[in-house]
Amino acid sequence: MFATFLFYALSTVLLAAAVGVITVRNPVYAALCLILAFVTSAVLWLLLEAEFLAVVLVLVYVGAVMVLFLFVVMMLDINTATLREGFLRYAPVGAIVAGLLVLELAYVIWFRSEGLPGGTPLVPRDAAYSSTEELGRVLYTQYLYPFELAAMLLLLAIVAAILLTMRSRPGLKVQDVAEQVKVRREDRVRIVTMKPESE
Amino acid sequence: MKPVGSLPFLEDLWLALPELARTLLVMVGQILAVTVVIILCVAFLTYLERKIIGYMQNRIGPNRVGPGGWLQPFADVIKLLLKEVVVPSSANRFLFIIAPLLSIVPALATWAVIPLFPGFAIAEIDAGLLYVLALTSLGVYGVILAGWASNSKYALLGAMRSAAQIVAYEIAMGFALVGVLMAGGSLNLGKLVEAQSGGLFSWFWLPLFPLFIIYFVSGVAETNRAPFDVAEGESEIVAGFHVEYSGVAFAVFFLAEYANMILIAALTAVMFWGGWESLFAGWLFSGLDGTPLELLRAPGIHWLAFKIAFFLFCFLWFRATFPRYRYDQIMRLGWKVFIPVTIVWIVVEGAMAALRIGPWSA
Repeated sequence: MFATFLFYALSTVLLAAAVGVITVRNPVYAALCLILAFVTSAVLWLLLEAEFLAVVLVLVYVGAVMVLFLFVVMMLDINTATLREGFLRYAPVGAIVAGLLVLELAYVIWFRSEGLPGGTPLVPRDAAYSSTEELGRVLYTQYLYPFELAAMLLLLAIVAAILLTMRSRPGLKVQDVAEQVKVRREDRVRIVTMKPESE
Repeated sequence: MKPVGSLPFLEDLWLALPELARTLLVMVGQILAVTVVIILCVAFLTYLERKIIGYMQNRIGPNRVGPGGWLQPFADVIKLLLKEVVVPSSANRFLFIIAPLLSIVPALATWAVIPLFPGFAIAEIDAGLLYVLALTSLGVYGVILAGWASNSKYALLGAMRSAAQIVAYEIAMGFALVGVLMAGGSLNLGKLVEAQSGGLFSWFWLPLFPLFIIYFVSGVAETNRAPFDVAEGESEIVAGFHVEYSGVAFAVFFLAEYANMILIAALTAVMFWGGWESLFAGWLFSGLDGTPLELLRAPGIHWLAFKIAFFLFCFLWFRATFPRYRYDQIMRLGWKVFIPVTIVWIVVEGAMAALRIGPWSA
């Protein structure tokens, strides 16, 4: 009863936040709406007792990805007028993409769900069941190969991103940290012993 | 659960309440108790900070309000509450007001999973360690939004610095906790403490020494404390992200910073220093039982409090000792020193566990 109420309340918030992401004018507000959407969907997962997924969603997307998003969005000076200039030109393409997405969703929801246990209610596990442990077990045994492959792909993406953006300009002055750390007091300060001068 | 007491009237009243109301009352009571204790700790931490740093610098520190200055924090709080809250005319009003709240809530909510004494945490959840990581990573939003909503260049600069710094050190902290997880074999903080049962030398700080150092130093960086306090470096960007804040709104930021310090101290104590375990467990003979000295042997909240106090003292000690880091050096330390060291230590730990050497043989 209470869980049902929570589900509908959170779903309303989630949908409102998701609509907000694409409708609000201010890009910072859009990013904040996205954060709200992530947090509410994490709580929805908690209602399904998928605590690992919920916490990881908050940890990775809200705690790291969206921080960097906000970081960038705040520094941009976005002029919404120029962004809306090409609206009519891009509208047909956008409509086609949206139509495809709707078709895909409809396919998944109405046709693919036939064989899935969607109609039967989920069976709650007992308190000793840990979804974290279970997930880890499956991930490191059954799906070890795809898991490692995904990790390699991510590493590749990191290295590629660094390589693509790192340009060494000639004549750039940079600190050589190793050189700085190596410095001892004797290199910089000369201690002079001298007789005290008297008047 | 029911309150301990011999008043039959109150007991009847308690039992007459519906089940849901009783659970709610107990939960709200626990939350209030922890929050009030944390806020009182913050108040006296500010007093002790000024006093301790004063003595370190050969001064006396505050000594006017109350005996020995002990009432100084209350004077400060009353002053801050009575001050006007100024919202800059071109600031984003909604975010400006909500930002301090976003920074205080995670600092308090994380206490839900901290094991306070044997077998008790407010919320005994299995993924406690992940919960801690997720919540501590949310604290940065208060800082970023405060910087942006103030519509001031110094505030924005402070927020940018702080965001980059916190993201960098969070990774090192996360990796350090992976080491703890490997050693303890559980994500539940209570079980992690139990895995460290014994005296000083059976705690995780010894086998995980590099991770302990990295965790604590990253914690100092994460809370924007000296020597990593470039987010509010007075000499460069006035006061950083909270430059436009005054009165109660500023007080909440202040509260959040100190609550975060207490939290990091508590987490370090729980993960690496045995939480509520006694320092002398297994060393002192049991003949002391029944005397007040029994507390030295018995695990309990007093040991956790003692360890938290020790780490808080370290926070203050650092502040009085080290000059502020240069910003590029902070980033270098986080990305190029701490993260590689943690990864190497995790590999070492994995190898030792696989070869059944040391405390990981389980």
